[in-house]
Amino acid sequence: MTSGVTVRAGGRARLLGNWAFLLGAFIVGGCAVIAVVVTWIMPHDPFLIDLNRRLIPPSWMEGGTPLNFLGTDQLGRDYFSRLLYGTRISMLIGVLTVITSGLIGITVGVLGGFYGGKIDDAVMFAITTRLSIPAVLVALAVAALRGTSLTLVILVLGLLLWDRFAVVARSTTMQLRNLDYVAAAWCAGVSPWWVLSREVLPNIATHLAVVATLEMALAILLEAALSFLGLGVPAPLPSWGLMISEAKEYMFFTPWMIIVPGAALFVLVMGVNLLGDALRDMMGTDLSR
Amino acid sequence: MTALLEVQDLRVTIGSTAAVRGTSLAVDKGETHCLVGESGCGKSISALSIMGLLPKGSVRETRALRFAGEEIGGHGEREMEHLRGNRMAMIFQEPMTSLNPAYTVGSQMTEVLRRHRPVTRAAAVDRAAELLARVGITAPGLRLGQFPHQLSGGLRQRVMIAMALMCDPELLIADEPTTALDVTVQAQILRLLAELQKDLGLGILLITHDLGIVARVADRVSVMYAGEVVESAPTAELFAAPEHPYTRGLLTCVPVPGKVKRDEPLGSIPGVVPRMQPGFTGCAFRDRCPEVTAACSGSFPRRTIGNDHQFLCTLEPGWVGSAAA
Amino acid sequence: MLRFFLRRFVVAVLVALTVLTFAFLLTRLSGDLAISIAGPNASQADIDTIRQVYGLNRPLWVQFFDWLGRAVQGDFGESYFFRDRVSKLIGERIPITMSLGLTGLAIALVVGLPLGILAAVREGSWVDRAVSLVALIGQAMPSFWLGLILMIVFGLKLGWLPISGTGSWEHYVMPGVVLAFSAIPSLTRLTRSGMIEVLASDYIRTARAKGLTRFSILVKHGFRNAAIPVVSITAVQLGFMLGGSVVIETVFALHGVGFLAWESISKNDFPVVQAVVLVLALLYIGLTLLADLLNAVLDPRLRT
Repeated sequence: MTSGVTVRAGGRARLLGNWAFLLGAFIVGGCAVIAVVVTWIMPHDPFLIDLNRRLIPPSWMEGGTPLNFLGTDQLGRDYFSRLLYGTRISMLIGVLTVITSGLIGITVGVLGGFYGGKIDDAVMFAITTRLSIPAVLVALAVAALRGTSLTLVILVLGLLLWDRFAVVARSTTMQLRNLDYVAAAWCAGVSPWWVLSREVLPNIATHLAVVATLEMALAILLEAALSFLGLGVPAPLPSWGLMISEAKEYMFFTPWMIIVPGAALFVLVMGVNLLGDALRDMMGTDLSR
Repeated sequence: MTALLEVQDLRVTIGSTAAVRGTSLAVDKGETHCLVGESGCGKSISALSIMGLLPKGSVRETRALRFAGEEIGGHGEREMEHLRGNRMAMIFQEPMTSLNPAYTVGSQMTEVLRRHRPVTRAAAVDRAAELLARVGITAPGLRLGQFPHQLSGGLRQRVMIAMALMCDPELLIADEPTTALDVTVQAQILRLLAELQKDLGLGILLITHDLGIVARVADRVSVMYAGEVVESAPTAELFAAPEHPYTRGLLTCVPVPGKVKRDEPLGSIPGVVPRMQPGFTGCAFRDRCPEVTAACSGSFPRRTIGNDHQFLCTLEPGWVGSAAA
Repeated sequence: MLRFFLRRFVVAVLVALTVLTFAFLLTRLSGDLAISIAGPNASQADIDTIRQVYGLNRPLWVQFFDWLGRAVQGDFGESYFFRDRVSKLIGERIPITMSLGLTGLAIALVVGLPLGILAAVREGSWVDRAVSLVALIGQAMPSFWLGLILMIVFGLKLGWLPISGTGSWEHYVMPGVVLAFSAIPSLTRLTRSGMIEVLASDYIRTARAKGLTRFSILVKHGFRNAAIPVVSITAVQLGFMLGGSVVIETVFALHGVGFLAWESISKNDFPVVQAVVLVLALLYIGLTLLADLLNAVLDPRLRT
């Protein structure tokens, strides 16, 4: 009866979805390209210290120089080059963390949802336990104990952020397991592995893709926070969080040093979230809870 | 005497669909008027539009929409709120989901009365208990404190009816009130509605697709097809001498003892109710009609038989079908 | 019902015990705790002394059960750095973190719920899209960065609010806003989707047919039902906020539990670290348990 209305609203949503998807894809795709080719396109060496050219403001501000588009930091390193290089770190963290946590979470969740019973109880218990552990704090403590490195950050975040993968994989698998065509596959006498790989995984893939975007955004933000607190990516690697942390002491005089890397972080995370939202709209389900 | 409810040329457009296309009907005080038709023919939308409860994005137009002699077609939301639940009440098809799961029966019932009348809580509770007893619920005191999920479907529909009666309405609109219920419960609810009507002098607009119900309770019947009333007559006359090919078709779909012979298949109307676009002219039934002629795509007037029977067709009253001949 | 809660409670206790074990093992990750405590300039003799004093030369499981036995009684040992009872240190700072968390939650609820309801009522309109945009921005905002920006604008440029410390309620405004920002997106989205679902339900049509006021329909009949999932997410969000207080408290130098944790981490003060991890985890477990109870109060179908 209301089909006329919904068709129009749906059309608008699709349009908006498209717009969001394009913008998100542009941002994330752009960042991915920069992350790969950064060593060829950066105008200066992001690690080169020049104490005679410290804290130069961006080129459009008073005292700026066209030599350094975004000025230089407290050690005279080119800010624009560091910003570009930071893209590589954020993307690396985002992608590798999602792969690690995805492998753990999907395995755990699918097992629980697929087998149910005692196994599912154990899976639920693991998820509950994981959720009650304060992630930031634990990541900080581990970094303090084991010493900071890029690998460690990825590993720790990967080991901590699998919960949403598990929750979604579990519930979607559980729904699927009870569907007729899966039952039909069972009746045809196939192995559990066949059912999992042919029937379950392809059908929960879109849901998991949405989770992957959410987790990637979260991982990028968490790495920045850890680096900001000095226990994430170690200096002199130009992580955006670390850049903000180093700029903190100069925030009275050079607020742009804080604003620039934070804005980059904001734009990238926004892009990842836009992609996720577009995917979710495409499926017409809401996993944001 | 003016009718309790008078609808003239009601039109409802939802998006690009003409859901109701010029329905007219009248309900007198103490009368049961049945609106019948297949699903999707605009019965429920007609009812909702009378109550002012149309879904978002729908547009309503009428030549006249009079309630107890007063034109209410131009009423705003605020004015309609004072009529709804108070002087005109409505019950729905789905008793399982029509009550709010978060509140007790008592709280949902007293709420209506306290909204429209300056009564104390205690008085409202007494009234609710009295009505629960009136609709045949035993231990009303206990039921008032229960939540909807603790009641069966039949009980919930009784609660809905009692709730609709809280403010002593003049008009009750019942949208397929028994469709979701067991046959035995159906009969009880129908009997209850008939009793209440006799006692309280209610005007009832009953929407149903079930001709058996119509035959049992209706004083007057309007048959709807694709958003318009194609035939309207007193119940006995409609069953005895249906005129519109659609009405005749509907009646052959129902077994009537004595009329239908054993082992003879029941009739059926092939096809489904079409979705109407605005600006459609002619008879909407022509694609499914066995008597279709070229004249059916033009516009033609409503025919009147006697003083109380109208139908919308190009055929002469008392026509004899080609299939029967 | 009672059985459900008994089961729920048993699970909560088991989770708490698991976290307890986890918190203990966490600090043993470095391999040799004594070397970590002693610092880079310590001699072998210093390390041996530390090992002796803190009982680190005992087998791991003895240490564990010793610690566990005390921990369940609320005794987390003594801080290496502050030279004070860990329980006392945490006890002193918990009120600050709780005030911060509750301020953040209050702001998030006051902003998020009306926005979600508004977006649902005006589904598909520009209001709805504006609310989605707010949620999107909130989701992408790095909290520590937002904190610094607020400090620059309201603290340094405008001078309206103090930029760090704990003295008065004004100190909680900026951290509270920053913390709220992280919870607003999920609260708003959940309220919106819940309200859209509820507003399309049959009982809302009944409420309208009863001639109830718009306010009563939206709030009493609508939000009351949409609130049930929101309560759960609110508890979870408060837990996350307390967990995330490490970052915010460090940015604003607010001397709460999070700040204590950060200080202790940078000073290798492990008894404090493991105790804070444990306390935050227990708070989270308690909050989710509370949310389940509240849900049973809100949803009569769960009660029978």
